[in-house]
Amino acid sequence: MLVWSRPGRMLIWTVFALLFGVLFLAPLAVILLSSLADQWNGVLPSGLTVEHYSDVMQGAAWKAMQASLITGCLASALALVSGTWAALALRVQDATLARVLGLLFFIPSAVPSVSVGLGLLVAFSHPPLLLNGTIAIVMIAHFVLISAFTFGNVSAGLARLSPDFEQVASSLGARPAYRLWHVTLPLLTPYLVAAFGLSFALSMGELGATVMVYPPGWVTLPVSIFSLTDRGDVFAGAALTMVLVAVTLLLLLGLERLTGRQTR
Amino acid sequence: MADAAILPAQITRKVPGRLWIVPPAALLALLFFYPLVLIVQQAFTDDSGMANVAEFVRVLHARFFLNALINTITISVAATAGCLIVGLVLGLILAFVPFPGSGVIARLIDTFIALPTFLVTLAFTFLYGSAGMLNAGLMEVFSLQAPPVNFLYSTWGVVLAEVTVYSPFVLRPLLAAFSLVDRGQIEAASVLGARPFRIVRQVILPAAVPALIAGGSLCLLLTVNEFGIVLFIGAKGVITLPLLIYSKAIQESAYQVACIIAVINIALSLGLFGLYRFAAGRLGA
Repeated sequence: MLVWSRPGRMLIWTVFALLFGVLFLAPLAVILLSSLADQWNGVLPSGLTVEHYSDVMQGAAWKAMQASLITGCLASALALVSGTWAALALRVQDATLARVLGLLFFIPSAVPSVSVGLGLLVAFSHPPLLLNGTIAIVMIAHFVLISAFTFGNVSAGLARLSPDFEQVASSLGARPAYRLWHVTLPLLTPYLVAAFGLSFALSMGELGATVMVYPPGWVTLPVSIFSLTDRGDVFAGAALTMVLVAVTLLLLLGLERLTGRQTR
Repeated sequence: MADAAILPAQITRKVPGRLWIVPPAALLALLFFYPLVLIVQQAFTDDSGMANVAEFVRVLHARFFLNALINTITISVAATAGCLIVGLVLGLILAFVPFPGSGVIARLIDTFIALPTFLVTLAFTFLYGSAGMLNAGLMEVFSLQAPPVNFLYSTWGVVLAEVTVYSPFVLRPLLAAFSLVDRGQIEAASVLGARPFRIVRQVILPAAVPALIAGGSLCLLLTVNEFGIVLFIGAKGVITLPLLIYSKAIQESAYQVACIIAVINIALSLGLFGLYRFAAGRLGA
């Protein structure tokens, strides 16, 4: 405790409440409110309605939800496999090579997502790998952008793992594949689940690369929120944003439950 | 000492799996580095496939590029400064003047990292837009004819949105650093009559500097690359490098120009990434 006087503390907490309220609470509250607003011409909406939600839940928006969920699932799963694979394989390299390769696996997170999209367009717009205009290119964009985060999470998890269990297993005669499957991966599970959750959340909100490469039939949630608000349909955009936030938060909470149970 | 003899060296030497790194590395090379190389190549060749540096130089001197570069740098420096201030103030209060529920609030701010960045911009149009709550309220109270608050569609609107979105990235390492500060030292200073401001300056801030540098350089990197917020603000005067790449490639189909700008944007980002890694390394991460 830094400030002892009661008025001093009250003053500081007021500052905190103001900052937190204006920067974090107000945006979320106002998105929620506008997604329920009937008409909004004054300070507050004139009435509340769930019409925007029922509008977005039909047709195009529902398809966008499916596109986002499928993209998020597949890209995160692939990123989880390749990130875990890379992190495990890096352990047996010598130190310098491991450091260089580790850095290379991190670099996709540092490159602007629009440029990742541009690169995919340039690279895969002609044979032998013609992917432009397919769903696959959206998945690849998401995979590239989130792979660095899964790799980072799993590597951090591996670094925290005590080597004792693996050594004991090894000295008891467990072969590498058995050791990986029955010792290392189970110990890593909380980190794997956390990595998957973070990747999924990132993929759900990804806009920059997706807007560069998406084919007409595969419009993700962020892209369709942008086109709704760009057309002036801000209330529907807000409703769809609430859906995106709710799905992301539910997913993160669920995964947290899962890991919580596993570490206990 | 006896333990050291049977330590991991054996595991690493016995595993023959050096080549296991090839599949994920090949995937990364094909899907990320190969497109990256093609961007660079396309930036320096014209449509007929001949080497052409003139176009690169022309874009470098073009007004639209220079404006976007200045905008990008102004916005990211201002937003990072804002993130550092907001992160520091919130962090100091959460760590040293905690209130009931401050732990929950810290977690809540943390989850902002997982939410899409454009959410904040969309919310800001309802709050501060020309027909937003603030303007409607002010017009009603002072019976004004025109909306008085106009900052949203300017550079400052983008900066404020980015401060909201990215200050958790400063707050997180800062709270970690604060949890290591010796409370006894603060209490001792406090008992000896040091005022809170002085304790912050002389005891707490020195411990927080590495976290501030790491968080700040991460913010610089992320704000230079930010796309969603600028796209959603949709203001004509606020064009940053990522937005310029998008509009050149998708709206004008000028791929070479887009690639040239991308090369510069990527170079800028990689420089900042290096700075961040260096800072995070010094932090002991």
